[in-house]
Amino acid sequence: MSAPTVLPIDRAAAIELSKAKGEPEWMTELRAEALELAQTLQLPKLEKVKIDRWDVHAYGSYKPAKTIASFDHLPEAVKSLTVDDNVIVQCDSGIVYAKLSEELAAQGVVFTDLESALRTHGELVRKHFMSVVQKDENVLTALHTAIWSGGVFLYVPKNVTVDKPLQALFLTEDGDATFAPHVLIVAEDFASVTYVEHVLSVHPSREAKLTHLGVVETVAKPGAVVNIASIHGLGADMTDLTYRRAVCDRDAKVNFIVGELGTGNGMSDTTAILQGNGSQSDTKVICVGTGEQTLSITTRTIHHGQASDSEMLTRAVMRDSATAIINGITKIEKGATKANGQQAEKVLMLSPSARGDANPILLIDEDDVKAGHAASVGQVSPEQIFYMMSRGITREEATKLIIYGFLAPVVAEVPNTAGLDALQKLIERKLGQ
Amino acid sequence: MANKPHLKIDGLRAAIEGKEIIKGLDLEIKGGEVHAVMGPNGTGKSTLASTLMGHPKYEVTDGTVTLNGENLLEMAVDERARAGLFLAMQYPSEITGVTNADFLRTAINARRGEGNEISLIKFIRQLESKMKELEMNPEFAHRYLNEGFSGGEKKRNEILQMMMLEPSVVILDEIDSGLDIDALKIVAAGVNSMRAEDRSFLIITHYQRLLNYIKPDFVHVMMQGRIVKSGGPELAERLENEGYDWVKEELGIEDEPAAPEEEPFKMPMNTRAPR
Repeated sequence: MSAPTVLPIDRAAAIELSKAKGEPEWMTELRAEALELAQTLQLPKLEKVKIDRWDVHAYGSYKPAKTIASFDHLPEAVKSLTVDDNVIVQCDSGIVYAKLSEELAAQGVVFTDLESALRTHGELVRKHFMSVVQKDENVLTALHTAIWSGGVFLYVPKNVTVDKPLQALFLTEDGDATFAPHVLIVAEDFASVTYVEHVLSVHPSREAKLTHLGVVETVAKPGAVVNIASIHGLGADMTDLTYRRAVCDRDAKVNFIVGELGTGNGMSDTTAILQGNGSQSDTKVICVGTGEQTLSITTRTIHHGQASDSEMLTRAVMRDSATAIINGITKIEKGATKANGQQAEKVLMLSPSARGDANPILLIDEDDVKAGHAASVGQVSPEQIFYMMSRGITREEATKLIIYGFLAPVVAEVPNTAGLDALQKLIERKLGQ
Repeated sequence: MANKPHLKIDGLRAAIEGKEIIKGLDLEIKGGEVHAVMGPNGTGKSTLASTLMGHPKYEVTDGTVTLNGENLLEMAVDERARAGLFLAMQYPSEITGVTNADFLRTAINARRGEGNEISLIKFIRQLESKMKELEMNPEFAHRYLNEGFSGGEKKRNEILQMMMLEPSVVILDEIDSGLDIDALKIVAAGVNSMRAEDRSFLIITHYQRLLNYIKPDFVHVMMQGRIVKSGGPELAERLENEGYDWVKEELGIEDEPAAPEEEPFKMPMNTRAPR
């Protein structure tokens, strides 16, 4: 038995806040409804991770954001990650900066904060918001629906190809401010886009905790291609709870690249729903566990469409006394004939007191399909170290090369933006080199 | 570096998991010399190579090895390499995520030391020209180290590393195994191009074939963990033609029982055809 959820905000205050922000009525009602749901729902049940023992309900309070006039006035932590084009920056509870090139705007691409989109593209948002992730799945999805703020709305019209990656940066600077952005990506028929996000904390680590409760929802219409790179590097005082989920229509493709590089406890669930025939997904995750942190990392693909095709790869490096439970779930539904679902989880253990569990799970309700899994948990091989040292490379350098090399197959896929260096730095921070 | 290398092995004994493999081995290699160590399988040739490089699996129980007067056995593996030792391995490791080029550049810079790193342009030029010499596909520079390489490709890659790192003492451990004759010629040409007054070679091989292409100055026969006979190139030819039995006979070496001898098969007596 778990105690009823202590709500981070009461119903009246939630309604008042929504109205004060000028949100449409449906959103105000949705928030109130979700808040009520939250009281009746439970935390998600995670394999081998006791999330109820985490500080999951430290959501702080909503603090209005102050818009930053120019790119030059952005926090240093942001400026190094991006360039002044096609970028959205959220600090704490709200968006502080957004810029989309005129060229893309002229093509009908929308890349704006989700709160503004409620006003400017209300119907589109209403149709898709919380349609991929459901508000009544568990207490977290309900709370997210109730308290989300800031966020991104990315809309790519039919047949439009966006060549350059669009970047979003989510920063928490104030440890008492709600940090629950919602990202909604809608790609119309045969549209193509790459979205890169960083979720980082820049406040000094403190005793008190703050929970990041984020959702990235993606709707890929027939033939659309959506690439999503999501790099998380929240500090030890943060609990990182993230749902990334995409639904793919006929022949659509979604590629996820995920870096779980935070230093606090974290739950991430990255799911592709292959709804349409011939739809595809590719999910790659890297994770470095350090200190005492516990991570629950799930990749999941659900095949409904015939001849749908999925790949999932998770590579985790485990140090210190960190724990990671890595679940790979391939679900093939009845009727998804000729589906092909492949997954691999690899864990590199660097410390005897670290724990890394790889749990490949195949759930298959159709006969005429292909599915495969590979899981391995291992250490740096002494033979490899000997080989590298025999060429004059020191033991430390050799170990480092092998660990980076272990992560390289995923890192190499990250879209080349100014943020790529930041990923390297996050990895270096985690690996202590 | 006109310094001639000098490798001296004295009464070396080495064991693996408590079992002694090298049983008192002496060998002296001076600058510019090419020594070949031959011998039947299982006599400790590869153990000698790995022990000199410092493989953690092998434990030195007695004897000394010096390189230019310095105690090699006290050095860590990477220190031995930086002192000039190189081992082309029989079974090189595969390392995912580290490209051949990155690996080589790291290794070269490890020798050159901080502040004296090789320029990228110079490195690429050198790498391209050496790869061409070894008839390697340029693509291999950007492939992960040895991953998915065939046996022959791995051997060529070992020689490429040797050519790039320019060591002063080179040990080639069965570099000829798994090579067809064309690849063998290319590898041998690569080795020959590296022969110099300030570089010496220790070639470990099972077959004389390789020595047709790399002419040794000295040939040693290794048996039961020791060098039992030494001579010039003519010794290798005689071994190829006559095998090793004459050496055993000449020196009165008895085969060690490799395993408890099996009971000789005897026809069961008094068998009767089934009725």
